[in-house]
Amino acid sequence: MSNAPAHAGSTTVTPYVDPARVRYRQRKAWRDAAIGIVSLIVTASLVTFVVVRTPGWPAVQETFFSPEAFSESFPGLLEAFWLNIRIFLIAEPLILIVGLTVALVRRLKSPIFLPLRIVATVYVDVFRGVPTLLVILLLGFGVPALQLQGAPDDVLVWGVVALVLSYGAYVAEVFRAGIDSVHPSQRMAARSLGLSSWQTNRYVVLPQAVRNVTPPLLNDFISLQKDTALVSVLGPIEVLRQAQIDASFTFNYTPYVAAACLFIALTIPMTRFTDWLQERQRRQRGSGFSS
Amino acid sequence: MTTASLAVQSVWKSFGTESVLRGIDLDVNEHEVVVLIGASGSGKSTLLKCINGLEPVDAGRIMLDGDLDVTAFRTDLDAVRRRVGIVFQAYNLFPHMTVLDNVTLGQRKVLKRSSDEADDRARRLLARFGLEDKAGEYPDRLSGGQQQRVALVRAVAMSPEILLFDEITSALDPLLVGEVLDAVRELKEEGLTIVMATHEMGFAREAADRVCFLDQGVVLEAGAPDQVLVNPIEQRTREYLARFLG
Repeated sequence: MSNAPAHAGSTTVTPYVDPARVRYRQRKAWRDAAIGIVSLIVTASLVTFVVVRTPGWPAVQETFFSPEAFSESFPGLLEAFWLNIRIFLIAEPLILIVGLTVALVRRLKSPIFLPLRIVATVYVDVFRGVPTLLVILLLGFGVPALQLQGAPDDVLVWGVVALVLSYGAYVAEVFRAGIDSVHPSQRMAARSLGLSSWQTNRYVVLPQAVRNVTPPLLNDFISLQKDTALVSVLGPIEVLRQAQIDASFTFNYTPYVAAACLFIALTIPMTRFTDWLQERQRRQRGSGFSS
Repeated sequence: MTTASLAVQSVWKSFGTESVLRGIDLDVNEHEVVVLIGASGSGKSTLLKCINGLEPVDAGRIMLDGDLDVTAFRTDLDAVRRRVGIVFQAYNLFPHMTVLDNVTLGQRKVLKRSSDEADDRARRLLARFGLEDKAGEYPDRLSGGQQQRVALVRAVAMSPEILLFDEITSALDPLLVGEVLDAVRELKEEGLTIVMATHEMGFAREAADRVCFLDQGVVLEAGAPDQVLVNPIEQRTREYLARFLG
C-alpha cells in the first residue's frame, strides 16, 4: 500500500484536460440538471392532480389541512411541545450515561463483577424486549400505585424513567458494538505503552468507539424525540395530547398535522447535523475510511 | 540512558494445539542489537509479545536485567511495559489523535510527565526522525514510512530500556523501508538494547551484533551476522537463506 502524501511538496504541474472533454462534461452537467428538474415538476404535478381529483379530497383538505384550525391550535401546540423538548433534554443525557455504563459493565473481565454483568445482561434483554409504550404504562401507573415512601408520584417522572430504561438498553447495545468495532491491535498498542486497562478504554478505545457509532446513536436520538409523545398515555399534556384535545373539541384533525410538523421541524435539523458531523470527521481524518 | 539485559529461559507458548515456542532460550546483553530471522510461524513475533507480557507464556521464565521476572504470576505487567517498548508491523497508531498526541499520551498518562515536558520531548524526537512538520497531522494523512517512524518515536518517547521491533518494515513499500531502517540505526548508535524480528537480511548483516535463526519455536543457530548469514552451520538455516535469496 503506497499512501502518497496528500500534499506532496513536489513540483506542481497544471492539470491538462482535453477541451472537447471539458465541453462534454459541461453539457452533461446541464443536461442532468434539466432532466432532474423536469422530472420533479412532472412527478409533483401528477401526484397533485391525482390527489386533488379524488372524490374525498375537499373533505380531507378541510379536516386535515385547514389553515384556520392550524393557526388556532398552533400556539397551544407549540407550548405543549416545549414539554416534549424538556422530556427529551432530560432523558437523553441519562440514556447516554445508562447505555455507556451498561456497555462497560458487560465488558468487565474480573470474576468479582459477575453479579453486575448478569444484572446488565438481564436488563438489556428485558428492556429491549418489552415495547416502550408498555414500559411507560407499567412504570407510570405501577410505581405510584405502590405508594413507596419518598418515591415521586408525578407520572411525568416515571414516564421519563421508562424512556431512559427502554432507550438505555438500545444505546448500551450500540455502545457495545462500537467498542467491538475498535480493532484489538489498538488495545494492544495502548497496553504496550504501559497504559492500564482503564486508561486504554478511556483514551484509546472509547473515543474511537463513540466516533464509530455516532450515526446510529443520533438515529436513536431522533427516535427518542418522537417517542416523547408516548408519555401522553400517562396524562401529561405534551403536544400529542394537546392535539388530541384540540381535535376532540373541533372535530378537525389539523392539529395532528401541526404536531407532526413540529416533530419534523425538530428532527430534520438533527439529521442534517449528523451528516455534517460525519463529513467533518471524514475531512479531519483525511480519508473516507476509518481504520 | 538506562538499558537492560534480557534473558529468555526455556519459554513455551502454544495457541490451542499449535505449539509456537518450544522451550526457547535467548540472552540479550545491554546495548546489544539482536536480530531474529526465520520463516513465518517460526515464533519471532510470539516471542517478542511474550517479552513485554502481551502474551502470557505457558512455561519458562523471562528475566529483565536479572531482577524482574516478566513471567511471574503476580508481575505488574504495566511496570514491565514501561521498561520494554514495542513497535508493530502495522504501526497501530491511534487514528483519532494527532501525531503529537500519539507520542505524548503514554508520557503523560503512564510516566506522569507534564504536558509541556511530554510535548517538548515529542517534538525533539519527531524532529530527529524528520517528522517535525507532522506533529499536528492525523496518522491517516501520512505515508506508511512516516507512520512507522511516528510509531517508533511513540515507543522511544517512553524512554524504554529495551526496544522490540516486530517486522516493522514488512508492511512498507520497498522505497519506504530505508527511512525506517535509518531510524533504527540511529537508535542503535544511542546504545539502546534492541531485539528485532525482520526479513531485511542486508540490514541484519550490517546493523546486528548477533543474528538468531528461529526454527520451529527454538533458536536453531545464533552468532555474528557474517557467520549465520554467510556461513551457516545448520542445514535448515542454509535452506531458509537460500529460499530467501531466491
